[in-house]
Amino acid sequence: MTLPFYVSPEQLMKDRADYARKNIARGRLVVVLAYEGGIAFVAENPSRALHKISEIYDRVAFAAVGKYNEFENLRVAGVRYADLRGYSYDRSDVTARGLANAYAQTLGAVFTQESKPLEVEIVVAEVGPTPDTDQIYRLTFDGSVADEQGFVAMGGQAEQVTAGLQERWQPEMTLSAALSLAVELLGRDPGGGPPRQLGTAQLEVAILDRLRPRRAFRRLAGPLLERLLTPDDPTTDVPHTDDPRPGHHDVLTNGTPAPGDQSPAPDGPEDPEGPAAG
Amino acid sequence: MGPDGSGRLPAAFLTPGSASFSEFLAGHAAHLLPAHRALPAGQVPEVPRATTIVALSFADGVLMAGDRRATMGNLIAHREIEKVFPADEYSCVGIAGSAGIAVELVRLFQVELEHYEKIEGALLSLDGKANRLATMIRSNLGLAMQGLAVVPIFAGYDLDQTAGRIFSYDVTGGRYEEHDHHGVGSGSLFARGSLKKRWRPGMERVEAVRVAVEALSDAAEDDSATGGPDSGRRIYPVLATVTAEGYSRVPDEEIQTAVTVIGEATR
Repeated sequence: MTLPFYVSPEQLMKDRADYARKNIARGRLVVVLAYEGGIAFVAENPSRALHKISEIYDRVAFAAVGKYNEFENLRVAGVRYADLRGYSYDRSDVTARGLANAYAQTLGAVFTQESKPLEVEIVVAEVGPTPDTDQIYRLTFDGSVADEQGFVAMGGQAEQVTAGLQERWQPEMTLSAALSLAVELLGRDPGGGPPRQLGTAQLEVAILDRLRPRRAFRRLAGPLLERLLTPDDPTTDVPHTDDPRPGHHDVLTNGTPAPGDQSPAPDGPEDPEGPAAG
Repeated sequence: MGPDGSGRLPAAFLTPGSASFSEFLAGHAAHLLPAHRALPAGQVPEVPRATTIVALSFADGVLMAGDRRATMGNLIAHREIEKVFPADEYSCVGIAGSAGIAVELVRLFQVELEHYEKIEGALLSLDGKANRLATMIRSNLGLAMQGLAVVPIFAGYDLDQTAGRIFSYDVTGGRYEEHDHHGVGSGSLFARGSLKKRWRPGMERVEAVRVAVEALSDAAEDDSATGGPDSGRRIYPVLATVTAEGYSRVPDEEIQTAVTVIGEATR
């Protein structure tokens, strides 16, 4: 008779953690950082359709690195959790803390009970009425939760970016300063080589805007993002109203919502009527 | 939270597939759906009922208007209930029938549309929204047969056709597209008569507001369950427009102006 091969619990957990850590470190970085008017999310992600950053609820957003199918599944679960809670209680009763706890229990249970841990790292952030009420929670593959102050970097070589943020991030930064800092740190070569210039096409950027009523999450793209990342451009914050084009208003592309500046409406219907009479 | 008591999100949350909130509820928390509740035997007691809603198209899109009265038999249950709601940025829904269940259905419909938007990252088409509402009304048929019917009217701006569209429903979930104008509820007979005479194609917003207020006033004159504009208490009908710029509620001042104009014309 052969005895089953004995593996100590320490070794088992260590192997699982190493496996998850190694795979997460292969992915590209996501940086989440607070600015004066809310919370900004910046990821290096050339895809326009497969998002790493998403809306969960009115004031709550989600960012993740790791395996797409696994974090997408968790994102959908988060939207279901938030919508169910908001429907059975009230919209104001949906909090990032509640969601972070549910995620932590789920990640922890999968880590200890299933054959393979989830290869993801998640941030759940909530924008509050004032900067000191903003909340950023970071969740790792084993279900541990950290309540982060001001900024988080996750993914491969996150330590270097975190060190850069510790050095240069300040509370009450403007949005353009926060985004420029994040993009510069994302472009740094960990090997010490020359830094890469990340263009707007390689970036996925979104914000939770404190000044918006109800749904605070908006993606940033196009000329507006370009202007925010240009150092000598006067644009430091986003407009708090949506682009004037009809359609899904999840992306902000206009810096100045002045008439005649409706460039990014490739197939939007013409709307010559202007404001309604009366 | 989970069935195993671990606090882990239950399997229903992590099952890939549906982008529909009501389908998710049916599988995970069916008691939250009005249609999944069994009614006890016996007579349903008198409940508040919402009355007249009209919708009409105008130059920029559609306009919906609802009076502010809810009745319970011969009593007025509420004199400032709101019966016209935004469903999402480009559509609105008005309700007639059993008020409690109607308001619950509207809340569910609003979450349904937003849930789809967040999961899919895109807006539902206007036909898709109208069909979703039909499914919800259909699932309420059991309650309707107990006397708790809900009859909504749905209107929105179709971004593909760049035009406003109006849909009416019956209690079995039948969905009918209406052209130009429509009305539901106890006073709709009179309101529709009024609309038929007053509505004309391509009206401006000011005129559309006046026609809608007049239709509700006409209904209030002949139907005791419909409340007319009450300038003394400053209780005005709820009017909302949906155009290419999205949903917007018509301010009370504009409605008061329309009420004054109509009053002077009938003096």
